[in-house]
Amino acid sequence: MSKFLKTTGLMLAASIAASPALAGNLGLGRAALPEEIAAWNLDVHPDGTGLPPGSGDVLTGEEVFAQKCAACHGDFAEGVDNWPKLAGGWGTLADKDPLKTVGSYWPYLSTTWDYINRSMPFGNAQSLEPDEVYAMVAYILYSNDLVDEDFVLSNETFLDVEMPNADGFIVDDRMETEHALWVTEPCMENCKEEVKVTMRAMVLDVTPQVDTPDAAAVETPATQVETTVETVPVAAADPALIEAGESVFKKCKACHQIGEGAKNRSGPALNGIVGRAAGSVDGFKYSKPLMAKAEEGLVWTNEALAEFLAAPKSYIKGTKMSFAGLKKEDDLTAIIAYLASFGE
Amino acid sequence: MSQTFKGKITSRRGFLTSAAAVGAGAIVAGAAKGATPDPLITEVQPWAQGLGDGVDATPYGLPIEYENDVIRRNVEWLTADTISSINFTPIHALDGTITPQGCAFERHHSGAIELKKEDYRLMINGLVDTPLIFSYADLERFPRENHVYFCECAANTGMEWAGAQLNGAQFTHGMIHNMEYTGVPLRALLEEAGLDTAGDLSDKWVYVEGADASSNGRSIPMSKALDDVLVAFKANGEALRKEHGYPVRLVVPGWEGNMWVKWLRRVEVTDSAVESREETSKYTDTLADGTSRKWTWAMDAKSVVTSPSPQAPITHGTGPLVITGLAWSGRGAITRVDVSKDGGKTWETARLAKPGEKMALTRFYLDTTWDGTEMFLQSRAIDETGYVQPTKAQLREVRGENSVYHNNCIQTWWVRPNGEAENVEVS
Repeated sequence: MSKFLKTTGLMLAASIAASPALAGNLGLGRAALPEEIAAWNLDVHPDGTGLPPGSGDVLTGEEVFAQKCAACHGDFAEGVDNWPKLAGGWGTLADKDPLKTVGSYWPYLSTTWDYINRSMPFGNAQSLEPDEVYAMVAYILYSNDLVDEDFVLSNETFLDVEMPNADGFIVDDRMETEHALWVTEPCMENCKEEVKVTMRAMVLDVTPQVDTPDAAAVETPATQVETTVETVPVAAADPALIEAGESVFKKCKACHQIGEGAKNRSGPALNGIVGRAAGSVDGFKYSKPLMAKAEEGLVWTNEALAEFLAAPKSYIKGTKMSFAGLKKEDDLTAIIAYLASFGE
Repeated sequence: MSQTFKGKITSRRGFLTSAAAVGAGAIVAGAAKGATPDPLITEVQPWAQGLGDGVDATPYGLPIEYENDVIRRNVEWLTADTISSINFTPIHALDGTITPQGCAFERHHSGAIELKKEDYRLMINGLVDTPLIFSYADLERFPRENHVYFCECAANTGMEWAGAQLNGAQFTHGMIHNMEYTGVPLRALLEEAGLDTAGDLSDKWVYVEGADASSNGRSIPMSKALDDVLVAFKANGEALRKEHGYPVRLVVPGWEGNMWVKWLRRVEVTDSAVESREETSKYTDTLADGTSRKWTWAMDAKSVVTSPSPQAPITHGTGPLVITGLAWSGRGAITRVDVSKDGGKTWETARLAKPGEKMALTRFYLDTTWDGTEMFLQSRAIDETGYVQPTKAQLREVRGENSVYHNNCIQTWWVRPNGEAENVEVS
């Protein structure tokens, strides 16, 4: 650190000439109000500074996690698809391809609490109560075998938790370990005996094929589901309503794609969803309760969609879709208009 | 946004075949004369006869359609979703040093948000004399500076640690852009709030945070914050694009891109690092023994040949050839770039288009003659500290093979006699 400060100190001295002179206080801006600072000043430090009072236990955390996190992170925090794994990986840091999770890698518990509190769930950030965050963090610790199932995490027990990799970090030492080696006069001739190819990118073949257009079109099967109901009464599309729906759809984007080239993600692609038979998107693995509804003949009419999207968990108990629901009638009308604007 | 390429170019193979034919013709004819009169010259062409577009045909101009393959591209398998992902600048197709905003790489953690200037607020709080709120209009009333800086993601070239993976300079080195920023020094805003409360500044930090849902936040030592960090609102003369943090982003010269917080909404003066997710679980470098380096902020000297390269093969046959590329260092100016055509056995010093500037991209050229034999093209940058860009073997010797970030190794392109190039690793 001290060395670093000296270097930048020198740079500072050199840069003064080029900068406009500051006349000191310009009287710009206004004083921040305490309520404003409280609303934004949420970061939590390793020593617990910034933690609000509250608590949550492992079992409550498991419920909240299943509802709000499992769609991406898996029921056991093991991660779905490319979404981050939050548990496991102990003792793998020195292996080839280490698994870095909260348990195996993260040095401070404060980081987990702070990140979940401010940035999760993906697509619905800053919606959690402090007790929910305590409970979720307790469950993640449990998933990592770091606490027992009767553990209660609170602002008071917070510093009792020992993170396994707390001592696994060193401060940047490149100046000593690398620069000392590589500040040299470089070789210009006869620098090595022979040059052999030891690995080729084209053999590995993982580069996107940017020069073959329409690749996506080839992947999509031409046949479509035949079970589409005859006609769905769709009011003449109102561009303003569709636009409003596009804005509401931001809540869905973390899991669903729609439009040209839409693919299945955590949720199925939604092209042509209005009027389509439930559970009929190719290649998507639906929950059993949803498939049961599909077998009963559920079709996503405007009315069915409105009912489902208002309260997904009560319309289909056990659906994988971890979404609380749209409370406003206007939002429901708008999003259905938006969805209906995309055909197959 | 990046998009799937839908241009008119035929398949790459077809393109190379026809290009090779042109090349062969050129060898025979040389520069002396064409075999038959060129109809493009002897016949009146439609563009020389009719009329083009009037002014205002495109109130804000886009590149002509013939350039529609010069776009950002992503690598789908890298991330779970494009909302939290990265794409790559088409550096293989650009020249000079300034990156146009429209094709400068994007990296989002919760998507590119739309934040109006009138809804913009910047809070300065923590260990300051008076916590302050600035509007966008307030920022425009501070004395402004202009600087050109590169912004490189710490993960640039990260996929190449384990071996040659992605076949194109855009994908191996495209997490970088270089723009001229207009903004206010962070120092001015901190001094406006007053730093007496903070006391001894040598051990203090600022925590900077964005307004998007990811709440991306990083801790920056006060010495850097007071040195050259810029609160920027213009890039290349115009407003920032939304994907680069409109209306206001932080510019942290020479340091990893993740610290250049977009949609900057808060700067907190603290007495310790926050140790946020992005500075502990990510952007840390795991060494062979399993310990990890943190606070690896500065981007070390690095360079790459942008042409010829896998996406920019040689299409003109033997004879005069321009080898060109980019070099940069987060620790100062580039002073020299060497190029090797034989995989590092011998080196020639390239010509810098302009003297290197601190923490900005430098363009280099090697004007040479190609005899049609295969080449193993490499470039190596040297910065004003005397640091010489290392080979991948040298990096692995110190760090092992589990690093993800801060890979500044020498890159090799294997150029074949037909002009095609491939990303390879050599002994």
